Amino acid sequence: MRGVNAALGAAGLAAFLALGEVVPRLGLVKDDYFPPTSRIADALGGELTDGAFWSALGDTLTGWALGLAIAACAGIVVGVVISVVPHLREATASTIEFLRPIPSVALIPLAVLLYGTELRSVLLLVVYASFWQVLIQTLYGVQDLDPVADETARSYGLGTWARIRHVLWPTALPYVMTGVRLAAAVALILAVTAELVIGAPGLGARIAVAQTSQAVPDMYALIVVTGLLGLLINVGARSVERRALAWHQSVRGEVAV
Amino acid sequence: MSRLLLRGSFVLALPALLVAGWWVASDGSTDVYWPPLRTILKTFPDVWTADRLQDDVLPSVLRLTGGYALAAVVGVALGTVIGSYRRVRAVCEPVLEFLRAVPPPVLVPVIMLFAGIGDTMKVTVIASGCVWPILLNTVEGVRAVDPVMAETARSYGITGSARLRNIVLRSASPQIFAGLRQALSIGIILMVISEMFAASNGLGFTIVQFQRGFAIPDMWTGILLLGLLGFLLSVVFQLVERRVLGWYHGLRASTRRSP
Repeated sequence: MRGVNAALGAAGLAAFLALGEVVPRLGLVKDDYFPPTSRIADALGGELTDGAFWSALGDTLTGWALGLAIAACAGIVVGVVISVVPHLREATASTIEFLRPIPSVALIPLAVLLYGTELRSVLLLVVYASFWQVLIQTLYGVQDLDPVADETARSYGLGTWARIRHVLWPTALPYVMTGVRLAAAVALILAVTAELVIGAPGLGARIAVAQTSQAVPDMYALIVVTGLLGLLINVGARSVERRALAWHQSVRGEVAV
Repeated sequence: MSRLLLRGSFVLALPALLVAGWWVASDGSTDVYWPPLRTILKTFPDVWTADRLQDDVLPSVLRLTGGYALAAVVGVALGTVIGSYRRVRAVCEPVLEFLRAVPPPVLVPVIMLFAGIGDTMKVTVIASGCVWPILLNTVEGVRAVDPVMAETARSYGITGSARLRNIVLRSASPQIFAGLRQALSIGIILMVISEMFAASNGLGFTIVQFQRGFAIPDMWTGILLLGLLGFLLSVVFQLVERRVLGWYHGLRASTRRSP
């Protein structure tokens, strides 16, 4: 079954690539706008041998990883503090609901003024956007806490820190992991966007340059690279999630009794 | 009454404190980039006059609505087809996963090639970014239709559009709404970015104009307005969701009460 699905998927991918080759060759769209697959692949090969491409990739990954790390730590800490301290949750709910939907791209002009094309302006956008994903998931996760387990821990005389460590954290972890996975995808989007719009060094800036210099196949090749990067990040985040939650029921699967 | 008051004070206390903090902290500010809140608020009505709302904000919102609606129609339609047939799903899955992984803003330069820099480009950009979460969530939702329900419908002879409307789309709707919510924030991002690239009007365009002209308080009012717009759209979305998915939330609440 699995083999059949994989074969069908590979066939779909091949058909997609073939379509990309044939449509411009037949002249259905202008190949200045939409070059055939083979020319994009050619341009991709050219990019891969270019040192500047690799340093751009490094810049993008640096912005993504740093931003995600900061956002994840801040989101988890703030989320736990908000739910542990009494009444803080009610008091912050309206503010969080107000700040969360503010599109992070609104901060682009501010980032440009404050930091220009430095890494810090990328980080500002990435952290703002991914922080909320982690925070909200952490809050949901903490809410899921089993009151019986918590009371039991309390009656055994566990202190606040021990209760956070042994009761609250394992409960919240699956939610936190989902939040981090969502945040990883958002962080990539914002990192590339910041480079594209602000001109901070990275893949986004290279796409902008390719576009203004009419290097259309290169532009497509770079876009393919960002797509593959996104794919890798998704797959990576899922496998991290599976490993960290190996003990959890959602990963183990139901045990038939 | 006193409980209502308590809840009200919880809702309002922190925002009030934050705004007051911002007001006091920035009051004597001489930093060009961080103007006093007082100046920003005073500038707000001067900048966002009725004319400007009509010339810049309205087109932005219309483009967003157009692109979002297009993405919703295409996403739900394609998602229903792909979700209903196992083989189609197997063929499409890798391609869809890849297309979804492409960060939507990089499509702006591509779509500019095809569609120029007019409204068509912006609507297309918004739609092409919003469509993936809706499409993939619809696929998941349609796939997860309760087999007992599907069988029951079949044995009652419910087919065609009645089956589609009352069983498939209805039971997939919580998932579809989850996709729509993700798509909304992507849509706003793309609306702003497509206007920052090449435009002669729109919110994104105006804010960048202010920033390049070093009209810093004006720029801040733009940021505030974008924030308000994002907030407003999410409130509207929640209202619609609560109406459409009322039956679902009710069901969940009642199953939770009686385990």
